[in-house]
Amino acid sequence: MAGRWLLEAQLTGSGRPVLHPGEVECYTLSSVDIICEEKPNFPPFRSGVLILTTHRILWIDGTNKSGAAAIPLGAVNHIYSPSKSIKTMFGKSKVRLQVSATADGRIDERGSTAIVIALVLRGKSDLDSFYSRLRDAWSSRSWEASSSNPGRSDSRENSSGFFEGSSGVRMAGVSGILRKEQEMWESTDKSLQEAFQDLNALMSKAKEMVMLAEKMRLKLLSGSTSFGNATNDEEAGSNQEMQDWLLSVGIVSPVTKESAGALYHQQLSRQLADFVRIPLERAGGMIALIDVYCLFNRARGTELISPEDLLQACAIWEKFDVPVMLRKFDSGVMVIQNKSHSDEEVLAKIKSIVLKSEALKNGISPSDAAIALGIAPLMAKEHLLTAESKGLLCRDISPEGFRFYINLFKDIDPNNIYLVKDHGNYQTWVSTVTVSG
Amino acid sequence: MQRLGDFKLPHFFNYPPYFTLQPIRETREKQVQLWKELILDYCRTQKIFVIGLEEEFPLFSNPVIERSLSHEAKEAFLSALVSEGRAEWMDRGHKRCLILWLRIQDWADCILRFAKDNGLEDTVMTVEEIRSGIESRGTELHGMDRTVLMRALKLLEQKGKVAIFKGASTDDEGVKFSL
Repeated sequence: MAGRWLLEAQLTGSGRPVLHPGEVECYTLSSVDIICEEKPNFPPFRSGVLILTTHRILWIDGTNKSGAAAIPLGAVNHIYSPSKSIKTMFGKSKVRLQVSATADGRIDERGSTAIVIALVLRGKSDLDSFYSRLRDAWSSRSWEASSSNPGRSDSRENSSGFFEGSSGVRMAGVSGILRKEQEMWESTDKSLQEAFQDLNALMSKAKEMVMLAEKMRLKLLSGSTSFGNATNDEEAGSNQEMQDWLLSVGIVSPVTKESAGALYHQQLSRQLADFVRIPLERAGGMIALIDVYCLFNRARGTELISPEDLLQACAIWEKFDVPVMLRKFDSGVMVIQNKSHSDEEVLAKIKSIVLKSEALKNGISPSDAAIALGIAPLMAKEHLLTAESKGLLCRDISPEGFRFYINLFKDIDPNNIYLVKDHGNYQTWVSTVTVSG
Repeated sequence: MQRLGDFKLPHFFNYPPYFTLQPIRETREKQVQLWKELILDYCRTQKIFVIGLEEEFPLFSNPVIERSLSHEAKEAFLSALVSEGRAEWMDRGHKRCLILWLRIQDWADCILRFAKDNGLEDTVMTVEEIRSGIESRGTELHGMDRTVLMRALKLLEQKGKVAIFKGASTDDEGVKFSL
């Protein structure tokens, strides 16, 4: 792409950045521009999502999946302290960086010259908080540690982008495992402490916070009804801000669900779509939502998500182009399945299972079906019930349990109940059952 | 082929789902039809007129496959017969069901045929004789349920084909045929 002065960043199928080994996300901001003030002919990167990691500054175009760029932190020479001016009070703050570049204007760690670029934070953002995280990430120089250990790649953990040991010390043998465990423990402990500190502070202000949040909520409610869809950008911006803020405090916005979902849920939704790919394969294409909830939270470790968050994240999938979908069965059971999953295929498989002679004599139970199909018993039962509703199977309830047989009622003529046609499932069943006596 | 007494059972009597009330509408309709046929056939051949839901009825369980109909299922199938006019509930609680494997009208026709065949014009016979006398042997009337017989006779009475009157003793009424 001509004029691309930033490096290209890879994205997953769901629009999440592909992280390098050892790379960990630190901060996410929306509505950020990246511009180069001193070279106005450099095309600006407008209004994207900015993700700060331990290795890079990533910028993802909100509308176009292929538009993702990266600035390696290793190329940053200097971070200027953000100046506080009138402008920053109106929500448009800038962070300037001096980065190495090649002579023809591409950002490069080994570049011979340097240029100054600016990150323009347009949306609601805490400039100081971002700035301090940026400085921390830049000064820890995590990318150097990783690059000195090329042999150590733990792709499973990386693709999910979750926290792992960030030191570059060689991990080998039992002591390595122990050390890794220790590190994980320490970091978990630290983040728990920090979390609890925040919690303590919050608790002491709890009453004030609740009152404030209520006021905000009412204002949002009245604001949305009196203005309908916001008539101008300012109104829309501040409403969005308010929703984001409420969300971060843990209160779901009362304004309609059609509002495309805060940034948090969007990112979570994409992350979930990536994460769920492998468990889906292992589970044979369909997995219960409750299982995903457990697996996802177990993988996250400390930043657990609530069931509502999970449901919302799945609901947002409709708006993106992801290969997975949420499905609710008549019985109420919710599952995540691949969009490519075919009910007809499963039905055909069930039909072949239920026509085997053992199944003709004794039927099949959900656990029999689970084994034969290679899926969880709960999923198998749903499939059997679906097959029953389509008229393929009949149920048999007895003290021995819940079993299913091939539906023979279709083949029997009520006006001639002794007749067995010489073809068809009824005939097969009669001959199989009679042989065994 | 399995038998219940001298009654030949169809193959599907050994199909376990036959004894579980099916939830899916189309399947259920088929199942109900099969049970209606079976019940009527069995009652006709065994001359059974009443089914008590709380009593053992051999057709409703199959010891070979160890399955029996639930109370709900029995009531569902018998109610279907009632809707079709082939049965009647004898009580509000749906505990006893009168099976009309011949409709009352059919019974009436039977009686008329019987009267013609035996030249009973202008003669009198007791009700008991109709259902258990020598003449009735070999006909469907023999051993028939008294309540059903009375209803058929009443129907004929309305049509002016018979006249029912109380006999000398209260337990037996007489019937005069005027064909």
